[in-house]
Amino acid sequence: MGKYVAKRIIQVIPTLFFVILTAFLLMKLIPGDPAMILLGPQARAEDIARFRQQLGLDRPLPVQFLIYLKRVLTGDLGTSLVYRQSVLSLILERLPVTVTLSLCALVIAVSIGIPAGVMAAMKHNSFIDLLVTILALMGLSIPIFWFGMMLIIVFSLELGWLPAVGLGDPTKGLWDVVSHFILPSLALGILSTGTIARFTRSSMLEVLNQDYIRTAYAKGIRRSLILYRHALRNALVPVITVIGLQLGNLLAGAVLTETVFALPGLGKLMVDGIFRRDYMLVQGEVLFTAILYIFVNLAVDIAYAFINPKIRQTYRGV
Amino acid sequence: MNPLLLVEDLAVEFKTRLGKFYVPDGVTFSVFEGECVGLVGESGSGKSVTALAIMGLLPKNARVARGRILFDGVDITSGNDHPRGKKMSMVFQNPLNSLNPNMKIGQQLCEVLEENFKMSKEEARKRVIETMTKLGIPEAEKMLERYPFEYSGGMRQRAMIAMAMLCEPKLLIADEPTTALDVTIQAQIMRLFKQLKSSSRTSILFISHDLSVVSQIADRIIVMYAGKICEISPVKQLFEDPLHPYTQGLIASVPDLKKKGSKLRSIEGNVPSLLDPPTGCRFHPRCNKKLEICTQHEPDEVQMKDRIVKCWLYEKAGI
Ligand SMILES: Nc1ncnc2c1ncn2[C@@H]1O[C@H](COP(=O)(O)OP(=O)(O)OP(=O)(O)O)[C@@H](O)[C@H]1O
Ligand code: SF4
Ligand SMILES: [Mg+2]
Repeated sequence: MGKYVAKRIIQVIPTLFFVILTAFLLMKLIPGDPAMILLGPQARAEDIARFRQQLGLDRPLPVQFLIYLKRVLTGDLGTSLVYRQSVLSLILERLPVTVTLSLCALVIAVSIGIPAGVMAAMKHNSFIDLLVTILALMGLSIPIFWFGMMLIIVFSLELGWLPAVGLGDPTKGLWDVVSHFILPSLALGILSTGTIARFTRSSMLEVLNQDYIRTAYAKGIRRSLILYRHALRNALVPVITVIGLQLGNLLAGAVLTETVFALPGLGKLMVDGIFRRDYMLVQGEVLFTAILYIFVNLAVDIAYAFINPKIRQTYRGV
Repeated sequence: MNPLLLVEDLAVEFKTRLGKFYVPDGVTFSVFEGECVGLVGESGSGKSVTALAIMGLLPKNARVARGRILFDGVDITSGNDHPRGKKMSMVFQNPLNSLNPNMKIGQQLCEVLEENFKMSKEEARKRVIETMTKLGIPEAEKMLERYPFEYSGGMRQRAMIAMAMLCEPKLLIADEPTTALDVTIQAQIMRLFKQLKSSSRTSILFISHDLSVVSQIADRIIVMYAGKICEISPVKQLFEDPLHPYTQGLIASVPDLKKKGSKLRSIEGNVPSLLDPPTGCRFHPRCNKKLEICTQHEPDEVQMKDRIVKCWLYEKAGI
């Protein structure tokens, strides 16, 4: 197993390299003198010169990249021009909000999506099946923006049940914090709910048609046991991968959600950075998010290996 | 003596996009205690569907439309309160697909005993090891912990047979248990079935499209064609004196079994469509002995001592 994990980690290295290269080249795409743009039009000439030297902009491109690579690998993502603070520290400040939002959305998506998919598959071609399929498609195609607004209008403005925007205040108790996350998590989770429901449904349908399910019936054991132990467990194996991949999508969707609900997370930081032309911040965040995405996928792969006996046994004892 | 299994005028209806069809379509036969009955017929003749109907495991688009199934004197046609896994079990054709890929073999076997016989984990495990060892699985204790993909094809089928035999069933249905295996493994599994037959009281319904395979083990053979039974006969008489023209064709196409060096002959023509089966005797488009009546009217069963044949050639002789 250790060998498998090591192998997967080594396989990640080229991807990482490519991502860093892309982030580096992204900056080179900005037209004009980057130092001037980064520092703004009012910057003094000596500042610009010092800055160029600092960034190594006077060196050949490959050398510049090596310098950048070294900086990134030591955890230095540059300094935000607007906040005058290290990009990494800015990101780490905001990360908990985004991670909490994404995980809550994922919990909602899993706890609605899987039962809905299972029910649809077991009542294949019935009214419930049709309903789940339609709702899942709607969930997939509703824009987060619109759905988020609708949630705010209905549950905050009309009914007044839940707060509309912002982060809760921990000094006001747990409920204040939790209640502020409910609507954003719903808005963000709806998309993944549809995907997970659809995937669970088709995976379950496929498994229910397998010969080994017929064998389980032939054994004469209880139907609930057949459905749970033999069908669902096998059907969930591929769903786990999809759930993992959703985590990446959710991080991306968080950008929109945080904007709608004014949550101070990574997404909001990114959008603000773009509006204020804080190039260093945007570059650092793009890179950070990409790396996060890669590691989430790596974790999903490794988790998958643990539940898949074929991989587990192949690497048994190593 | 009452038969252990009595299938009476069984017809299974399939609903498909192309229309309804019936296969099997009115079959009657029985299996007695301790007996091994072979069921042969070309692909698509309805052997597996017959077996699944007996097991109460018909696919969703199929239902028993006519007839009944009695097992041990009890009507089990509805499939509810079915004795499968307790007094009746089945071995399927493809041993890889028939085992749960993400569950250890041991668990898959123990489950039967724990669930159906309320055995404790230890009791079940002991019985499973015993049964596996008896069925020629070496180092059973170790093999329990393995997954199906770690088993060879032959070992998988042995595990499937062990799973079926755990409950010491009165009836074992084996649906083409050797077809998916290599030739050498086929011989081993056949030997295993013969050993089972002689060492246990279990009756066996052995299904194959290959007459020569069935003849190795069966006491009596049922020949099926396009959802209908052609002939039922003890194995010796069937080979010495096949009554039905279809059986005669089948035996002529078994190489080296009757006459050494005889040329392989197969029956001309194709299996008919079940959606629109031929009128009269279903075999008539391919029969070289057909009479005028054959194309219009279906022949009745004719009992000839311990044999049954459905063919107009014998209508008179039987009476
Ligand atoms: N689920 C199903 N839906 C529609 N038709 C089916 C279904 N299962 C079986 N059939 C049809 O019923 C007929 C009999 O099938 P069956 O599997 O009993 O044949 P068989 O005699 O076992 O043949 P083989 O030697 O190929 O196993 C075939 O024509 C098949 O196409
Ligand atoms: S009934 Fe007629 S067609 Fe059918 S097998 Fe007998 S002789 Fe041939
Ligand atoms: Mg079959």
